[in-house]
Amino acid sequence: MKTKRLALSAISASFLAGVLSVSSVQSAEVPAGVKLAKKQEIVRVNGSEPSSLDPQKIEGVPGAYVTRDLFEGLVSDSPGGGTVPGIAESWSADKTKTIYTFKIRKNAKWSNGDPITAHDFVYSFQRAVDPKLASNYSWYMELAEIKNASAIIKGKKKPSELAVRAVDDYTFEVTLNKAIPYFVRMMAHYTTFPVHKATIEKYGNKWTLPSNIVSSGAYKLKDWAVNERIVLERNSHYWNDKETVINKVTYLPIVDRNTELNRYRAGDVDMGYERIALEHFRRLKKEIPNEVKVTGRASIYYYAFNNKRKPFNDVRVRKALSLAIDRDVVASKILGQGQIPTFNFTPNNLDGFVPPANPYAKMTQQQRDAEAIKLLKEVGFGKDKPLSFTLLYNTDDNHKKIAIAISSMWKKKLGAKVNLENQEWKTYLDNKRLGNYDVARAGWNGDYNEASTMLDLLTSNNSLNGSQYRNKEYDALLAKAKTAENPSEYYTKAEAIIARDMPVAPIYQDVTTRLIKPYVGGYKGNPLDNTYTKNYYIIAH
Amino acid sequence: MLKLIVRRFGVAIPTLLVLITVSFILMHAAPGSPFSSERTLPAEVLANIEAKYHLNEPLWKQYFIYLGNLIQGDLGPSFKYKDFTVNELLAQGFPVSAKLGLVSFIVAVVFGVAFGVVAALRQNTWIDYTSMTIAMTGVVIPSFVLAPLLILIFAIFYKVLPAGGWNDGSFKYLILPVIAMSTHYISAIARIMRGSMIEVLHSNFIRTAKAKGLPARQIIFKHALRPALLPVVSYLGPAFVGIITGSVVIETIFGLGGIGQLFVNGALNRDYSMVMGLTIVVGVLTIMFNAIVDILYAVIDPKIRYS
Repeated sequence: MKTKRLALSAISASFLAGVLSVSSVQSAEVPAGVKLAKKQEIVRVNGSEPSSLDPQKIEGVPGAYVTRDLFEGLVSDSPGGGTVPGIAESWSADKTKTIYTFKIRKNAKWSNGDPITAHDFVYSFQRAVDPKLASNYSWYMELAEIKNASAIIKGKKKPSELAVRAVDDYTFEVTLNKAIPYFVRMMAHYTTFPVHKATIEKYGNKWTLPSNIVSSGAYKLKDWAVNERIVLERNSHYWNDKETVINKVTYLPIVDRNTELNRYRAGDVDMGYERIALEHFRRLKKEIPNEVKVTGRASIYYYAFNNKRKPFNDVRVRKALSLAIDRDVVASKILGQGQIPTFNFTPNNLDGFVPPANPYAKMTQQQRDAEAIKLLKEVGFGKDKPLSFTLLYNTDDNHKKIAIAISSMWKKKLGAKVNLENQEWKTYLDNKRLGNYDVARAGWNGDYNEASTMLDLLTSNNSLNGSQYRNKEYDALLAKAKTAENPSEYYTKAEAIIARDMPVAPIYQDVTTRLIKPYVGGYKGNPLDNTYTKNYYIIAH
Repeated sequence: MLKLIVRRFGVAIPTLLVLITVSFILMHAAPGSPFSSERTLPAEVLANIEAKYHLNEPLWKQYFIYLGNLIQGDLGPSFKYKDFTVNELLAQGFPVSAKLGLVSFIVAVVFGVAFGVVAALRQNTWIDYTSMTIAMTGVVIPSFVLAPLLILIFAIFYKVLPAGGWNDGSFKYLILPVIAMSTHYISAIARIMRGSMIEVLHSNFIRTAKAKGLPARQIIFKHALRPALLPVVSYLGPAFVGIITGSVVIETIFGLGGIGQLFVNGALNRDYSMVMGLTIVVGVLTIMFNAIVDILYAVIDPKIRYS
């Protein structure tokens, strides 16, 4: 039995200059007395076919799952949601908190046995912003405020000018434009994972094929049949391989949730994707409660108002529509998987920030409805002069159910005439981006474990701000929060502005719902659902 | 005959060119781009990506770039699956769809023809009624109902067969998808075959053969079967293309990596080169197999001479 708790010295919990480290789990923790199965293999459902296995080219959740097994970054997310050392065993920041120094493990190796050095990180960070690679996530390096990233992406500077350097083989240094307190947390994202330069130079675009790939994580790629399966096996060169238990991981790109359920019930699958079909959830929860895992997620479901379009440019209209939504009905009656009704834009499970109590959350729904009717009447709308608009959502049964319920709430309470418009995903995205809508469904899963991953969405220049909301006061708060010692006070004020201006109507905080066989040990969901197979083990069954 | 073959394949090139042009225009006219996502990409990032895929060029230029590459056999990079070209994805996916399709096709033809012949020979008996009722059910029952039903019975309840996966097309993994895929075709072929066989059995030359005292087996296999097969053959051409180019439903339900899934995902993702590549493959196969059917027609029925 391979069991070990890695207790790494925690030198400081603050972000004051000095070495920072966190004590937590980096591999499977098998409790004493648990008998492990002889066959340590797991089959996981992966939602759909990954767009790529190249860390700097991936976009989307399926690619992220596989890549977190194949590669490792400077840091990782712990099963519980914190940040733990990855290939960097420790890190420190200077007094200005704009220069970060990461100490690379001397025993970290690529799957071909080559040592992983600071030079690999220099190459990979520069690759992520290189316009020639055209990474969809190059903006992530901008968001992390790495100096010169923005200019390089715009083609104004060379990738070699990115402010990253190898001080020596095992010391990697990053310089930021300004101090952002959550910089280290952001380094758990796949875009920052190191890639093997010699392999990429040798094989070009083909470097991710099973015969060519060299990876840095707990697993290496064995087989890849597009739209059928991806098979990974233990990487014996991984620095913490001796603490890894699972020998083989198979990812099945199953798109349909019913198909997934069939494969699970037939015993083909050990671990499901991040969402159980709504129509089966209640029954499964009753029949196999110990196999249905529900975890809080850093994810918000909301309706965006087109703040530029009449009458939604009037805060009273936005507020009336938001208040009239009975969030409890949506969260518990329509969904009922543990979603939390909310008026806040920030989920309550992100590190370092507890969203303030929203004034409307304290009211009863009757009080909110009365307020909504009053507000709408002030603008001149009511049952005699109905507010008429279109609610846009993308094709999905759940979105449809929610849209039907909310539109009927609006009709019943406010007399609003709502035309439901269902569009296919890409068409919906285009119309939302161009502002061709009145009210649109929206949602966002956090990219990193910090409140700005959500609140940034409503800043004026954010490309996700489809609601066309522009507020300089809000922008200034978020800008200050970026470099603040304690950003919470700014986030609290930002939430107050959202409650005041209601540019969007937050509806519920989402959850991850997953089927897992009882013999799979080590699963502990985290808010970003950043899970790693190296944390699991198969119990004898 | 040679003239027929040359003529049939001669019109293929302009037909394909029209197909490519129309598909190209339609794909680019669809709203949304291959790179539109929830988080709208910053303009400079989008510009970098578009430049990489020539999407920053005028449409006519993109069209000629595409044609130029196509002539060299290059179907372009996939916009969605960034680690692969369309050629590579087709090379992976087509054998899966083709194997599943081919086996299903053979099963469909053998059982469809057999059921049709038996029903025709036992016209208006319980055998006829039973087989045609089953055939009718097979025609109307959609594969998205049949496939999960098969999984439920054989994979979940009895656990005798796998619920999905391809596993290089090994026998055990083929059974359920083949049944789900071929049922509709077995039924359709059986119904066509029955009707056609009954018609032939009532024709004068069969009556003459009977009057001559020929044995029933000889009448059926030597004289009746060949002409009765003609309507089935004309149905088989397009059916064959449809069946070997993959079924999205079957491939999705059983989690097979065929080209059916690639087609749908390609359209949804606006993966222009993927959709174009698959359209061309399906187009070529359709033209080819329709021509083959015409030629087969002439071979089976000596009365038909296209020349």
